[in-house]
Amino acid sequence: MKLFKYLAIIFLIINISLANAENINLQNKITKNLRCLICQGQSIYDSDTEFANSLKLVVKQKLENGKSEDEIYSFFQEKYGEWILYDPKFNKNTYFLWLLPVLMFIIGGAIIFKLFIIKKK
Amino acid sequence: MKIKFYPTFLILIFFIIFFIFYKGLQNPNIYTPSVEIKKNIPEFKVKKFENDKILNSKDIFLDNKFYLFNIWASWCVPCREEHKYLMKFKKDKNIEIIGLNYKDSYENAKEFLDELKNPYEIILSDLDGTIAIEWGAYGVPETFLIHNKKIIKKIIGPINEYSFIEIEEIIK
Repeated sequence: MKLFKYLAIIFLIINISLANAENINLQNKITKNLRCLICQGQSIYDSDTEFANSLKLVVKQKLENGKSEDEIYSFFQEKYGEWILYDPKFNKNTYFLWLLPVLMFIIGGAIIFKLFIIKKK
Repeated sequence: MKIKFYPTFLILIFFIIFFIFYKGLQNPNIYTPSVEIKKNIPEFKVKKFENDKILNSKDIFLDNKFYLFNIWASWCVPCREEHKYLMKFKKDKNIEIIGLNYKDSYENAKEFLDELKNPYEIILSDLDGTIAIEWGAYGVPETFLIHNKKIIKKIIGPINEYSFIEIEEIIK
């Protein structure tokens, strides 16, 4: 019985620290994708300014309150604009940015196909 | 006909890319936050500066009244510069000034107000800077002009002669 109790305690501790580690990983991922608006070329994760430290704290609080990653991004986007996200979302301002590589790939592929494969035949 | 198609196509692509980059040249690459915004004020709970009483943002800002929401700290040098304008606003009956004390100690902030006088109707305390983030603020000092629970103007940095006159014009 005693052994069972010890095992239960160990299991609990491992579980808690695992959940914690997961949360910290997600927190780091989010802060790495947020731009520090008052520094140049740094993410919130990299920066140690007052602004960045407060933002890290807000991200932590939001995660603890059960907010999802997307909800946190939308929150900051609403407050600070699209610019705060390093990974811009797909909308009317960015569709060209996202579609251009695909377009290039298709056009390039078509040219290669026409030039080499059809010609060979 | 077949031979001419590819060169024209390539030239066309080249021109499209050239056009995009040429357009991009004219855009400034320094980020300037927008100051003309019509956003609702955020909802939050906040501790009062003088005591531990918790206030709700709904009870602070009423309709049909102009408010100046000023984020300040005793350690912030530009806050001293703008202080004289806040004192001028204090004399104006049309506007009420709400202060948010940002990452400051009570003693230092008290000393700052004793020295330069207190322009604020209510002072709120933001010890960890999270409330400033709710407002979409970048740092101190920062000032929001509020009317009907909407932010109608945002001043990043200290209030100067120019922005002082601008606000006066709006609240007249």
